[in-house]
Formats: sequence, structure tokens, C-alpha cells
Amino acid sequence: MSNIATIQEADVHGAHETHHEHHHHETFISKYVFSQDHKMIARQFLITGMIWAIIGGLFSVLFRLQLGYPNSTFPWLEDLLGQWAKGGKLQPEFYYALVTMHGTILVFFVLTAGLSGTFANFLIPLQIGARDMASPMLNMLSYWFFFLASIIMFSSLFVQTGPASGGWTIYPPLSALGDASSGSKIGMDLWLVSMAMFIVSSLLGGLNYISTILNMRTKGMSMTRLPLTIWALFFTAVLGVLSFPVLLSGAILLLFDRNLGTSFFLSDIVVNGKILPNEGGSAILFQHLFWFLGHPEVYIILLPAMGMSSEILSVNSRKPIFGYMAMVGSLFAIAILAFLVWAHHMFVTGLNPLLGAFFVLLTLLIAVPSAIKVFNWLTTLWRANIRFTPAMLFAIGFVSFFISGGLTGIFLGNSALDIHLHDTYFVVAHFHIVMGVASFMGMFAGVYHWFPKMYGRFLNNTLAYIHFWITIVGAYLIFWPMHYEGLAGMPRRYYDFSMWESFKMFTGLNEFISFVSMIVFAAQLLFVFNFFYSIFKGRKVTTQNPWGANTLEWTTPIRPGHGNWPGEIPEVHRGAYDYGKDGREFIPQTEPVGEHESHH
Amino acid sequence: MSTVVMEQRKRIHPHKFTLWVGVASIVMMFAGLTSAYIVKRNQANWVTFDLPVMFWYSTVVIVISSFTLYLSNKAFRQREMAKYRGLVVATLLLGIIFVIMQVVGFNLLWLKGITLTKNVSFSFLYVILGLHALHVIGGVVALVVLFAKAFSSKVRNYNIVPLEVISTYWHFVDALWIYLLIFLLLIR
Ligand code: HEM
Ligand SMILES: [Cu+2]
Repeated sequence: MSNIATIQEADVHGAHETHHEHHHHETFISKYVFSQDHKMIARQFLITGMIWAIIGGLFSVLFRLQLGYPNSTFPWLEDLLGQWAKGGKLQPEFYYALVTMHGTILVFFVLTAGLSGTFANFLIPLQIGARDMASPMLNMLSYWFFFLASIIMFSSLFVQTGPASGGWTIYPPLSALGDASSGSKIGMDLWLVSMAMFIVSSLLGGLNYISTILNMRTKGMSMTRLPLTIWALFFTAVLGVLSFPVLLSGAILLLFDRNLGTSFFLSDIVVNGKILPNEGGSAILFQHLFWFLGHPEVYIILLPAMGMSSEILSVNSRKPIFGYMAMVGSLFAIAILAFLVWAHHMFVTGLNPLLGAFFVLLTLLIAVPSAIKVFNWLTTLWRANIRFTPAMLFAIGFVSFFISGGLTGIFLGNSALDIHLHDTYFVVAHFHIVMGVASFMGMFAGVYHWFPKMYGRFLNNTLAYIHFWITIVGAYLIFWPMHYEGLAGMPRRYYDFSMWESFKMFTGLNEFISFVSMIVFAAQLLFVFNFFYSIFKGRKVTTQNPWGANTLEWTTPIRPGHGNWPGEIPEVHRGAYDYGKDGREFIPQTEPVGEHESHH
Repeated sequence: MSTVVMEQRKRIHPHKFTLWVGVASIVMMFAGLTSAYIVKRNQANWVTFDLPVMFWYSTVVIVISSFTLYLSNKAFRQREMAKYRGLVVATLLLGIIFVIMQVVGFNLLWLKGITLTKNVSFSFLYVILGLHALHVIGGVVALVVLFAKAFSSKVRNYNIVPLEVISTYWHFVDALWIYLLIFLLLIR
């Protein structure tokens, strides 16, 4: 790197004096381990997230084995899991632990840290034109807190009494009383401590993302010229910064209840025939604290996928995104509403019906901005000259799943229906489709689209297409039938349905779902292989802007160094979506507006 | 292709801005706790009690500490380094005294039978005020680190940003205490 770059950097980043010194003499440790370069931190988040995704995914395959083949035994399971699969059959306690860990890992470690951590870190400085984050130091700490949280959560898998097993929502009393179940013991404490670390990590990350977006944009990058990816990551960070602390307060109270004998969430409880001394607490109180985070959390997971899909849909449609301001406005509306609907998870807790009606109204209001977004995505695609790159396919898949899952949200949002559907497989189908699969689609779209910028090579396309088709078809085959099971009353979180006459009719279906889930899991391993293979052996990127995109990250060198632009940071003259304008395929944001240019 | 950009846009220093966002997030945590408190208060088994006078004294101490920190900022800007150091040390000590007084206050309550586990209203008091005291300790640690750095580096560093960031945080924690005190007095 030239001297000018260094001076520039010092100049721009007067905020952190140590920053420019350290890229002169980078050691292995400072480059790959304790890196403060946002791009390296992004890759750390991505790879850690992928490891968690494999573990979390594997868990689901294991417990689907129990649901699909409840009367079979698998001797190899006992070899693998020992006491947890005595006689080749998952023990009920361990089944619950697997479900709990699956949810926790996928929701928090993969789709929160893995998704936001990767793309907010990678894209914010590159797309707004900054050399790095507002505070690279806090950014690095954010990763290491996540790492610490990961280590603690991982170690909880190996304790004698097993990991937490009360569900990813850790409702008391199961989570508050050590004697309630084996997963309520040390596993639960480790869960809480790990989540506290995780929350610190999210907060440090979120603080940084917000202040970087608001304060460090390059010249000409007004807020209304920001790519939608950045807008989405911005609202995601705001949601996180305002809702995670509330979960933290809930977790702290829970730790007190567990270990110091307080009764925030406990009252009149009998365990093993003994009445506990705790009184005056309320388990419902915990649900309020949890869902005050929990509902924003589902949008923390979803918004980055929305933003990236918007960007990728526009780039590959070679058309401007339809209704840019409406897209920003609807993100804003969703972010506000996300804080006002939490009690729709609590319609059956004895909530005052009048209050419930307000929550129904506010919940159904979310359908409005959601519909605006869907309309705009579809109109962007309408009559476009679409390039079906793997990223594009996944972005379209995102839209598809968002529609399918959003529709069932409208069912659930009506309290009268929800009283029947709550805690059934209908809910499982709803949130897996709208949150789980949709966000994974968005995340894969992002990885396929930005991999060339991350590693200077392309992913293999053939493997990518196989990955896409198995995933989209498989995910629908897995989750669509669950709606029927839920409507028929099949409850979620049960270990074995074969004991009930009324669910006998689903025996074949459950087996089918389990079978497909194994295939889909295998397809994800194909992706993992493609990912690591392509880092070293993929086709090299030879042009600066392989997708013909307008945003700033494609004006950096093919493999940008620390500081991103070797010379000055480019100035921005237009929004990010001038595609197919005045007969030109694309016009980068750095190009000044021509005299005779049309407006649209 | 692109025009030269010499300076990025920076209206407010990013570190200060980051702190403000952090403050918002701490506010949310205490908002969570205090709303839980309000919800519980309306239920059975809620016992009210008087706060020890000690908490009034500690209020005075933390307010004074904000004032000394404010003066130290002023001294720093005027490069009166000796005065600045004295005032920071005073602030530090006041911060520590505040925490000690809180602990003494807890002790007085405990002796009166207001213990952690006896009633939910007691538990809330200890958790909320304890978390606040932890935030004060965080401020003390930050000041110590800042101070240690100033002494250890050979180069004179006249960058005021770190001091201002810590000061903002300190005043926030001070204001938070006053809010909590009023909250506990009014809502019981
Ligand atoms: C029109 C939009 C939506 C509406 C009206 C809606 C409504 C609901 C309702 C009422 C429930 C509670 C069901 C029950 O437990 O009985 C629910 C559950 C859930 N929703 Fe949605 N939802 C919508 C969109 C979303 C989105 C976009 C996401 C995530 C990205 C999401 C994620 C979830 C999750 C994770 C749960 C279940 C949590 C659990 O109990 O474990 N929903 N939804
Ligand atoms: Cu919700």
C-alpha cells in the first residue's frame, strides 16, 4: 500500500491512533486472529456461524430421527452419544436438549451473529465508503465475546446432566429450578452465561454498525443514496441495541432465581411433592421480558436477509429496485411495529382479551409494510431481463418463503385462531418458513453474491444450483405438511406421537419429513464443501465488478487490503439503483450525473 | 473516475456517538427492570419499605463527582494538567465512595430484615441498585485506565475525546441514579 493511503487513513481515522500503525507490520495473529479489519472479522463471524449451522442442523436431523422413526432403534446412535441414546434410541431428556440447542444455535448463533456479524461487518464500510468501522477495537471485541459465548455454549453439550432443555425461550419454572429437569441444572446456567456474553457481543457490534452508518459515510453518500442492504442492517442494529438489553435483564433475574433464592418468576411451586418456599413471583413476567426481545429478534434475523435480497434482486434484474423510499419506509414501519406486538406470543397466558385485541390489531398491521415489500420485489422482477445467478435464485427463494410464511402469520395473529393453533406444528411451520428458511435463503444469496469480494474467487456454479434446488424443494416438502399436522392439533415439543390414536395418521408423513430433512442437510454439506474448496481452488475473479453492480464495494481492488481503497475513498453522486437507465445497463454510484440524464 | 475525498463526513465524533447508542441500550435494560417492577408491584405480596438515609448522602456524593469531572474537563481544555489530574483523582475517589455508601446502605437494609430473598420487592431493589453500582464501577475503571495511559505514554496526548466520552458516561450514570431514586420513592 502506498504512503498516501496511510496518510489518508490516519486522517480519516484520527479516532483510533493505533489503527494505521498496525497494518505495516501485521503478524499472523494480528491478521487472522485478533484482527481489527472489518473484512477479516466478517469472515470470522461467517465461518464460526457455519460451524454452528452444521452442529445445529445435525441436531435437527438427530431429533427428526426420533420423530420419523419413533419405534426403531439405531445402534450407531448409542456408539455416538453413549448414555443419551441407550439401546440406540434417543432418551426423552436428550431429545429436549437437542431441540433446545437446535433453536438456540440457529436463532442466535447462526442467524443473528452469523448473519448480521458477517454482512454488517463486511458490507457497511465497503458500501458506505469508509475505511473501517467507527471503532475497530469494539468490533474485534464483538467477535471475541461471540467466540467466548460459543465456547461456553459448546461446553454445555458435554456436562454430565446435559445442556439446557427447556426450549429456546427458556420459560421458567423449567429454567428457574435446578430440580425441574436434568437440563435445568448446570446446562441452564451455562446457557444463561453464554447468552449474556452473546448479548454483549451483539451490543458491541450493534453500537458500531449504527454509529458507522450515521457518521462515516463518504462524501455524497446521503442517507437516501444508501443501498437497501445498509438500511436493513441499520434497522437490524437498532432493534438489537434496544431489545437485547431487556433479555439481558430477564436473564439476570433468572440467574438470581436459580442461584440466589429470589422469586422473581416463581410462586407456589411443588417439586417432587415438596412445596417450594418461593412466593410472589410470576412466570408470565418472564414471558413479557423474553418476548419483548423475542419478537424484535425475529426481525433482527429477517431484515438483513430482506436488505441483501433487495440488492441482489435489483442487480440481477438489471432494473432499479421498485419504490426505494417505500422500501426504506416499510423497513422503518416494521422496526417500530416489532416493538409493539410481543404479546401475540402470549395469547393463551390469560392475557386480558381487550389488551389481546390491541395486540391483534398491531400484529396484523405488520402485514401492510410486509405486503409493500413483497409488491416491490415482484414489480422489480416484473418483465426484467433476469440473470439467474445462484445469488439471484436464492434471493427469489427468499421472497417465496417470506410470502408463504407471512401468510400464516396472519392466521396466527388473530387471537381467536391462535388459541387453537398455539404450540402446534402450525407455529413450527410458520416460523421455520418465514424466519428460518427465508433468512437462510437471504444469507445464501449474500454469500454467493459477495463471496468473490470476500475471497477473490467464485463459488462453483454447478454445486450452487444443486444446492439451491434441493434446498428450496426440500424446505417446502419439510415444512408445508406441518401446517396440516398443526391444524389437526399435533402439539410441538413432543417426543413421541405414536402413542396417540389421533396422530397415527401422520406416521407416514412424519417419516417422510424426517427423510427429506436428511437430504436437505446433505445438500448443505455440499455448500460447505463448495465454500471451503472455492476459497482455495475456485475460479479467480479477474474483473473489479463481476456482477456489473453500482455499489461502492465493487470499486475497491479485487482483494481490498486493510483500509479498503488504496487511494482516496470515491465520492458518490447518485443512488445505488441506476440500472437500465438511458440505455445503459448500470451506472455506478461514483459516476457524476450527466447533463442530459433522465430522471426516474 | 472519482473525485478526491479528503475528509469523511463527521458531524459528531463516532466514539461519542457510539457511547450515546450504548446509553440508549443501558436505558433499555433499566427500563426492562423497572417495568417488571411496576408490573409486580400491582400483584399480591408486595411489601413497601423506606430507603435508608444513606442513599441521600450517596446522591450528594455522586452529584459532586459529576461536578468535579466537569471541572476537570474544563482544566484539560485549558491545559492546566495538574488541576486536571487532581480533579480526576477527586472524581475517582468520589465514585468509589459512592459505591461504598451504596454497600453500606444495602447493609443497613439487610440489618432491618430487608434481605434479598424475603420478598420480591426487596429482590428488585438489590438487583436494580446493584446493577447501577456495577455501572458506576465501570466508570471508575474507565477513568483509571484513562489515567494510567496518560501517565505511561511518553508522548503528551492532548486528545480530549476519551475524556469526554467517559465524562458523558459518568454524567449519565449519575442521572440514572437520580432517576432510580425518584422511581423508588414514587413507585412503591
Ligand atoms: C405478517 C407477519 C407475521 C405475523 C402476523 C406473525 C404472527 C405470529 C404469531 C401470532 C405467533 C405466535 C404463535 C403462537 O405461538 O401461538 C408467531 C410466532 C412466531 N413467529 Fe411470526 N408473524 C409474522 C411474521 C413473522 C416473521 C417475519 C418472523 C421471523 C422472521 C416470524 C417469526 C416467528 C417465530 C420465531 C415464532 C415462534 C416463536 C416460538 O414460539 O418459538 N414471524 N408469529
Ligand atoms: Cu412475534
